[in-house]
Amino acid sequence: MEPGIVIVISFAYVALLFLLAYYGDNREKQGRSLVNNSTIYALSLAVYCTAWTYYGSVGRAATTGLGFLPIYLGPAIVAPFWWVVLRKIIIISKSQHITSIADFISSRYGKSTWLGVVATLIAIFGIIPYISIQLKAISTSFDLLAIHDNQLGPHSERPFYQDSAWFIAIALAAFTVLFGTRHLDPNERHGGLVAAIAFESVLKLVAFLTVGIFVTFGLYNGFGDIFRSGLQQAGIARLFDLEASGINGWEWFWLVLLSMSAVMLLPRQFHISVVENTNPSHVKKASWMFPLYLLLINIFVLPIAIAGLLEFPNGEFEPDSFVLSLPLAHGKNMLALAVGLGGFSSATSMVIVAVIALSIMISNHLVLPLLIRQQSFQERPKSNLGGRILGIRRISIVTVLLLAYGYFKAVGEQYTLVSVGLISFTAIAQFIPSVFGGIFWKRATKKGALAGLVAGFAVWVYTLPLPTMFEATKLSAAFLEHGPFGLEWLRPYSLFGMQGSSHIAQAAFWSLLINLATYYFVSLYTTQTPLEISQANLFVDIYKYQAGGVEYDIMRRQASMQDIRMLLNRFLGETRAATLLAPYEQANPQTAGPELVNYVETNLAGAIGAASAKVIIGSISKEEPISLEEMFKVLEQTKEAIQYSKALEKKSAELERTTQQLKQANEQLKELDQLKADFITTVTHELRTPITSIKALSKIMLETPSLPPAQQQEFLNIVASESERLTRLINQVLDLEKLQSNQAQWELEPVSLAEIVEQAYLGLQQLMRDRNIRHDLSVMNRPLAVLGHADYLTQVAVNLISNAIKFCNETEGRISIRLSQQGPMAVLEIEDNGRGIAAKDQHMIFEKFTQVSDVHRGKPQGSGLGLFITQAIISRHQGRISIRSALSQGATFIVEIPLLAPSE
Amino acid sequence: MLFLRRNDMTNKKQTKVLLVDDEPNILVALEFLVKQEGYQVWKAENGEQALQTMEKERPHIVVLDVMMPGMDGFEVARQIRKNRRLEHTRIIFLTAKGTQSDRFKGYANGGEVYLTKPFDNDELISTINDVVEFG
Repeated sequence: MEPGIVIVISFAYVALLFLLAYYGDNREKQGRSLVNNSTIYALSLAVYCTAWTYYGSVGRAATTGLGFLPIYLGPAIVAPFWWVVLRKIIIISKSQHITSIADFISSRYGKSTWLGVVATLIAIFGIIPYISIQLKAISTSFDLLAIHDNQLGPHSERPFYQDSAWFIAIALAAFTVLFGTRHLDPNERHGGLVAAIAFESVLKLVAFLTVGIFVTFGLYNGFGDIFRSGLQQAGIARLFDLEASGINGWEWFWLVLLSMSAVMLLPRQFHISVVENTNPSHVKKASWMFPLYLLLINIFVLPIAIAGLLEFPNGEFEPDSFVLSLPLAHGKNMLALAVGLGGFSSATSMVIVAVIALSIMISNHLVLPLLIRQQSFQERPKSNLGGRILGIRRISIVTVLLLAYGYFKAVGEQYTLVSVGLISFTAIAQFIPSVFGGIFWKRATKKGALAGLVAGFAVWVYTLPLPTMFEATKLSAAFLEHGPFGLEWLRPYSLFGMQGSSHIAQAAFWSLLINLATYYFVSLYTTQTPLEISQANLFVDIYKYQAGGVEYDIMRRQASMQDIRMLLNRFLGETRAATLLAPYEQANPQTAGPELVNYVETNLAGAIGAASAKVIIGSISKEEPISLEEMFKVLEQTKEAIQYSKALEKKSAELERTTQQLKQANEQLKELDQLKADFITTVTHELRTPITSIKALSKIMLETPSLPPAQQQEFLNIVASESERLTRLINQVLDLEKLQSNQAQWELEPVSLAEIVEQAYLGLQQLMRDRNIRHDLSVMNRPLAVLGHADYLTQVAVNLISNAIKFCNETEGRISIRLSQQGPMAVLEIEDNGRGIAAKDQHMIFEKFTQVSDVHRGKPQGSGLGLFITQAIISRHQGRISIRSALSQGATFIVEIPLLAPSE
Repeated sequence: MLFLRRNDMTNKKQTKVLLVDDEPNILVALEFLVKQEGYQVWKAENGEQALQTMEKERPHIVVLDVMMPGMDGFEVARQIRKNRRLEHTRIIFLTAKGTQSDRFKGYANGGEVYLTKPFDNDELISTINDVVEFG
């Protein structure tokens, strides 16, 4: 085919893309976005499928059989979880106006400038080889299509002006500049670009399916035919044997993990899936549509690979080019051209998005932080920076593509598409801890993230690019074989003596392990600044903040309106600045409050990244950062709510049981609290009653000198007896306090219960006689030795006998007391013949201040504390008290106390 | 209260006061104070007795304790307010229960004044005088 035709068709295609993008941008401006659509979103995610997929999968299948699969399995496995993870990242990024993966990491850890720098450098070093292989793919396919062979020799030996890759790099740079830097958008959204990318996704899928159908059903009679033909050749049959092709579970695991992280964290994937996302709910459709796309684009990989191996048994063409060389070998030039266009679109879409994403990072995280620290920047406050930023972006785009071209010339050509791609994946995987840790683990610190990234990246450099450089330049075979300075355990391809693993798997293992460990332990041993804490909370608890529950102002800053206006004019241009400030201008304020300053910072962050925006806003605002203590106070308030909702979410039985226990404990505490409150109320009431009489009567006597002596005598008697009552009450409360507080001071010793009861009985005998109460005491066993406290036990006996005296029948009182041994217990029974206690009241008489009162007899004398104290003493002796009674049939109190030893 | 019409000060002798408290010693003090001021005094030691006495004597003022065995003071007040023949009876609560919610309950159940124990002799008497004069 004429090179001219290929070139013209390629340019026509690019022009078509550009028109599409232009149309898309116009629709965007009119507010009728083409890309606010979940199908377009899912298709644009297929920017994941690059020339590597398009050409490289077949190449890898031709050498390792099913070895091409893990790169697509990973994304397919992770896609169902996007609703949780990716959606969270999108929502965080929208709320923070995040513009790139580096910006995301820098924002999460307190808008750190240094983290932005490190993440950007990792992305640049990781992605440039990746871009270079796209250049390689395009130029190889171009060479194949236009010249039908590599007649010109390898690219590295050609002068650049004869090298198709050079012109492709230049063309792509021009195209990307046109697409990506037309204006500075505060949200970094390029609707037209996304539409073009989605279109390219459709095109590359259709082209690949077409060539697949041509090979499978045109050259052969379907899948069965191809596989049967393949199996007849030993060299090809080997590919179906997983073991022999060197792919084991360990390798698969790492490839799947790397691709899982790549589909979310590669700068271009992050850009398309997060920054360009117009609606987080689009993720839902993408999470099944994208895996479906991957399935379709992989169906024909094995058949094409087998057909290629059968067709070119002597290695006339690189397996990476089978997709193209098969139709060419059969004279299907138009088909080959269509396939070439498909390959072209898979490479261009990747390069454009990746380069735009990188240029945003470079300008926001490398150049701007330097620029805004410069004297000249601060001295020329009037100049418009928007144009300058776009200029920086354009220069970055060209530089990145030139670097990629340089890498391609120096190294890239010696490696297959897949192996270079995997090196990039491993670099990007270094973002795993800081990104995913960052959205689920609040404790992660800036220092932890920085240390983890640097450590992981260093290991990556040492185990992957460094040895490829050595191999490429043939500098030192000794270094690879024997390690630096002859230290074998430092050999890059078997670090720490690791054997039997592919370069990629061992590099991924060591870099991620060291990265993760560093991230974790440094985070544990370092502290966060208030800004870090607030950002960490915002990222981890985004749904809560999104729900609008909590207002969050970490910085209470003020700035003059004039400065704010000037700043926005410089970075965003006067029109956009005016639009942004319009809602605030009405009040015509002289100074901007914290709310406005935050609003401006967030919008500025969209244009220049969070870290730079923070520094710039810092330069014009007076800052009164929230203190750590205040911060904690705010967090403390929200913490309970979070914990509660977490407990609800976890439905495990154990948690529910714990919750139940906590509830019970809480209820008990409440009950105790109520009891205490009741106690205090009752005690004060009981104290007030005698004081009332004492106060009123003594006042009367003071103020009435003419009081008759008889009346004076009566009043004084009342005062004396009420004082007595007061004293008694106070003593009882003190008793109770003593009983309840110092258990330790109780010294129990063997005492004779029989003796104690006899003494109490004798003490009260006179009173019973005075009241004409018949009484008797029968002691059936003695001495009834128990381990006890003589004074307290005496109090028990006295209390119970006094009660019996108080409540027995008024005219014909009768009290009988029995003391006996029943089994291992000493039993004291005190029976009266009073009104008795109704069954419904029996359970409450042992409570504090309960007195079963009745209208006809009036209020019984006493505080109501007596039985309560009695019961407390008995339970201290491991005994129990109970009551046997019915209304109008008297009452018997029964006290049981364990005997010291069975009496002989 | 000042804008209300003053009652005739001379009819103290005809003004009946019922004192209700389950503490006999407090009743002794109350009785002395109120009699000294010139009112006619009746006494009751619980709610039921109080309601019986009121049916008979129709006192102008009841000085009512709250915590009593059987029917409590709030209940007594409710019974008084239900009874059309006692609609001119004014209730003064005199109780050891002093929380805000107790006071509220007292007013809600038809109490005119709410005093707490231990009370001040002069304050009690001037309160009774005020209620007689203005209310």
